[in-house]
Amino acid sequence: MKNRLKVLRAERDWTQAQLAAELEVSRQTINAIEKGKFDPSLPLAFKVARLFKMSIEDIFEG
Amino acid sequence: MNQLKTDSDGWQAKQKRNTARLGYWTAAWVLTMAIANFGPRFAWESNELISALAILVNLGIGFGMIVANKRHLKGLDELQQKIQLEAMGLSLGVGLVVGLAYSNLDVVNLISFDAEISHLVILMGLTYSFSVFAAQRRYR
Repeated sequence: MKNRLKVLRAERDWTQAQLAAELEVSRQTINAIEKGKFDPSLPLAFKVARLFKMSIEDIFEG
Repeated sequence: MNQLKTDSDGWQAKQKRNTARLGYWTAAWVLTMAIANFGPRFAWESNELISALAILVNLGIGFGMIVANKRHLKGLDELQQKIQLEAMGLSLGVGLVVGLAYSNLDVVNLISFDAEISHLVILMGLTYSFSVFAAQRRYR
């Protein structure tokens, strides 16, 4: 699944480790999501959307 | 940026504590296993009461290790849980299928040595380790 996580994170000047700590996941998980290797669960996708104050559809593409 | 957590006492710190706790329980289990196994030969000269106590202690610590492992797994994030699930499923499947085939080889005398349970444990350990290693590389 494609997503804009890396771009959104870079716009805010956040590191993967900082984003991981905020979302309570490992840095490896952030990296895997950004590279499209792992699709997050719906609860995690909601958490990401809340953090960036955006809708899930604006971050993740089907 | 500064409003983000630094995780000094957050999820990652908790996960480290869970991992360390699992490590202590595992070390204690291995140690009591060695004591229960070698004790009768080298320490208490086959005293049955002490041997039974040593096995009971090992069993009790083993259950503690299982609880610590469950807590560790529940504390992982969803990708890590997925990796663990795949590895455990693969090692269980390989252990069952290859283990029973190996046992059959012994039953019908196609191998000249006894099929030991330790061989199965080694096979499952190697399968689990390989699976975790492969998944870690896949999601790197």
